[in-house]
Amino acid sequence: MTAAEPVLQVDGLRVRFASDAGAVAAVNGISFALDRGETLALVGESGSGKSVTSLAVMRLLPPPPVCEVGGRISLAEAEGGVRDLLALPEEAMCRVRGDRVSMIFQEPMTSLNPVLPVGEQIAEAIRFHRAASRRVALAAATDLLERVGIPEPRKRLGSYAHHLSGGQRQRVMIAMALACNPEVLIADEPTTALDVTVQAQILELLRRLQQETGMAVIFITHNLGVVAEIADRVLVMYAGRAVEEAEVATLFRRPLMPYTAGLLASVPRLPEAGCKGREGVRFAAIPGTVPDPLALPSGCSFHPRCVHAKPGLCDSEVPDLEDAGPGHRVRCRRWRAIDGS
Amino acid sequence: MSAAAGIAEAAPGTGPGQRALRRFCRHRLALGGLAMVLLLVLACGLGPYLVPYGPLHIDLGVRFSAPFLGPHLFGTDQLGRDLLVRLLMAGRVSLTIGFAAMLISTAAGTLIGAVAGYFGGSVGAALMRFVDAVLCFPQIFLLLALAAFITPTLASITLVIAATAWMEVARVVEAEMKSLRERDFALAAEVLGASDFHIIFRELLPNAVAPIVVAATLNVARAILLEAYVSFLGYGIQPPTPSWGNMLNNAQEYLVTAPWLAIFPGVMIALAVSGFNFVGDGLRDALDPRLERS
Amino acid sequence: MTGFLLRRLGQSLLLLWLVSVIGFAVLHLAPGGPLAEFTLTPGMTAAELKRIAHQMGLDRPLPVQYWEWFRRMVVGNWGRSYRDNQPVLWEIGARLPATLELMISSTLIAVLLGTWIGVLGAVRRYSIFDSLATVGAMIALSIPTFWFGLVVIYIFSVLLGWLPPGNLHTTGNSSFLNYAWHLIAPATVLGLVTVAIWSRYMRSSMLNVINQDFVRTARAKGLPQRVVLLRHSLRNALLPMIAIAGLQLPTLLGGALVTETVFTWPGMGRLFLDSIGYRDYPVVMGILMLSALMVIGSNLVADILYAVADPRIRLR
Repeated sequence: MTAAEPVLQVDGLRVRFASDAGAVAAVNGISFALDRGETLALVGESGSGKSVTSLAVMRLLPPPPVCEVGGRISLAEAEGGVRDLLALPEEAMCRVRGDRVSMIFQEPMTSLNPVLPVGEQIAEAIRFHRAASRRVALAAATDLLERVGIPEPRKRLGSYAHHLSGGQRQRVMIAMALACNPEVLIADEPTTALDVTVQAQILELLRRLQQETGMAVIFITHNLGVVAEIADRVLVMYAGRAVEEAEVATLFRRPLMPYTAGLLASVPRLPEAGCKGREGVRFAAIPGTVPDPLALPSGCSFHPRCVHAKPGLCDSEVPDLEDAGPGHRVRCRRWRAIDGS
Repeated sequence: MSAAAGIAEAAPGTGPGQRALRRFCRHRLALGGLAMVLLLVLACGLGPYLVPYGPLHIDLGVRFSAPFLGPHLFGTDQLGRDLLVRLLMAGRVSLTIGFAAMLISTAAGTLIGAVAGYFGGSVGAALMRFVDAVLCFPQIFLLLALAAFITPTLASITLVIAATAWMEVARVVEAEMKSLRERDFALAAEVLGASDFHIIFRELLPNAVAPIVVAATLNVARAILLEAYVSFLGYGIQPPTPSWGNMLNNAQEYLVTAPWLAIFPGVMIALAVSGFNFVGDGLRDALDPRLERS
Repeated sequence: MTGFLLRRLGQSLLLLWLVSVIGFAVLHLAPGGPLAEFTLTPGMTAAELKRIAHQMGLDRPLPVQYWEWFRRMVVGNWGRSYRDNQPVLWEIGARLPATLELMISSTLIAVLLGTWIGVLGAVRRYSIFDSLATVGAMIALSIPTFWFGLVVIYIFSVLLGWLPPGNLHTTGNSSFLNYAWHLIAPATVLGLVTVAIWSRYMRSSMLNVINQDFVRTARAKGLPQRVVLLRHSLRNALLPMIAIAGLQLPTLLGGALVTETVFTWPGMGRLFLDSIGYRDYPVVMGILMLSALMVIGSNLVADILYAVADPRIRLR
């Protein structure tokens, strides 16, 4: 196990949903690698496939024939080598979920079971993965609640979700996800449903916990302000494909894909710290709407909305992901021309 | 998953009516139910003219003929009457009562529900508490108590069944009215000075048709079942007029010697009732936009 | 919680009162009214009818009559049977256990079998099992119970001779086994309806739950499917079923009545029909009122149980 070895590597991930109108490709060949301790942001509008990607990593998508998943998702083993999560039997995957890879969701209210005390819900994972007794697991849950900054953790063990505020619920979700010290945490828009002040606290908490545990984080968001604050690297998704990938500083300084540029242009005052994207104006700068996944445009999926699009070039073939510098990849036929201008 | 849901909405959509029709047709069960109902109506309407026996024609020479063996396709009863023609004539009675009771109970339920939902306040509350109270009595108990005190005729049985079956429609309509009347078009009509009558019947009720139709269809099924039961007990349609229920009553005596007398009427009831139930269930799936995604 | 209890109790009392008004109205608005029995008696003169009406207090204004009737009702004086002059409550009380035996056993069948069918149908949605269960339930609800009872008697009693054609137990044999043997057929016939209803509600309740976010959270924790189903889904899906069970009592009572008539089961339903046959008004009224009382009571109990079982309401 060397530092260079990524803890999680996704190769050519494809997800197709069966629908009445035919199969729909929600994710169309996504590849990325996640290093230990790193935070990778998946960015894109709703419908770009970022949540589906994360659910595919967790193997939480519905089984075939509703949903078909292809590609490789390799999780590094402690003794070296990797194992392909997509090839694991369900039972073995249960041992991975919540132990080595865990996940927190967007809606902390509905993501907690309303009729079980939160202490039980946290302890559950420990009892299952560590074969711990109820008492031991509850003690561990108390410590976890303390670590995620919940006051009077012992008292809170018996609380139900509806007793807690939105921020506290998300803290409980984080405690639950961290219960078994995962190597990878997937956070699917964990702050979107929260008040702005609470958002900042939760981001701060996640950053602190990441430093303490050294876990890698996949952070899914549509909010570039949040990305600037928390991410090391960014993967921009559009219509089920990766369209640009770069270090966060590179991306903000030199966006090559017109879609990324559009996203950035629509966030006021970047990238100073403390800046949250204002909901109303976020995508105002990009004309048009996300394409219908049943009828994707030919060529580059973004070309109908792109100011740089060139007929005959951009609408003929899907562009390849090209290297545009160290660690910088972009899926655009015209990136050199745009970069130069 | 969100992607899949988004697609369902984006599907090349036509009007909601056409979408509902498509969903209804995809519901094989509902189509089957519709076919059963149509077939029954057709058979009961025309069938008796095609069978060469009258429903009251007694022929003691062929008492208890077994079915499928002689000229009497479904056999004969203890008086040698042809079972098939009696079943079809009974079907006319049952279907008539089913439809008529449905029409009356739906009209009454709609009226009460509309008034309660539209005016709300103490009038609405009082009406709905009354509905709750009537619903506390098991329908069969109430029905039998009423049926036992009246002279049984086609009309009176229909009325009694309708009198115990309007409450659910009233509840459905009240709930719809309550939510509809807060919507823009109702408020707009009110601002424009339309009369209450106009708003209820022209603006609101047409928007509540879907759940009313569903409840009404299921009511036909229930009315047929109840009529059969009341007649079975002897408080409904009186012999010699055949009804599926009183035919079963008569058949009880000959269960050992002539089981077909009990089997056929029961199958007819089950066919008619399940036909309407299938249609009602399909309509609910097709018309309820809330179920669209699930 | 206290506020909820008081409000719920108040609603039930109001409902009780309304039910009594309706009951009284049914009794008096029916053609002939409580006198119907006597008008049909041959040789009854108008003068004599008037005397009886006066004796029964029927010549007084309706509100006064209602008040008298209501007052007696509340203290448990429900009149005497015309048929054998026994107190109505006593008469009903003697028949109630048989009805309860039938209702409880078929409810047990429904809860055990219906829960299983509903959960499996929801988990394997649109599978062959689910489709069969859906169609089967709808057919079960379309088959007339009294006819199904006759078919069961014909097959299992007449043809095969395995089960008795009716009655609570064999006269002179009151062993548990004999009772159970007699219970099988009627409980199954009523159970067909209860299982069908319960499995439908269970399926939709379960479907509601298994698509919710917290079930995904439970799976994200790595809990095995069995634990997710039992601990996180079934538990939540059963909660609303408490209220539904309460709401189903009228159907269950009605079904019991029908079943009793076919199996000559000496329960309340049988008594009701016999009393209607004899125009025994006090008993008819008594059973009508008691069934409504049971419905109100069961809804109240179900709501309270639901509130106790659901932490979202319990601790408010």
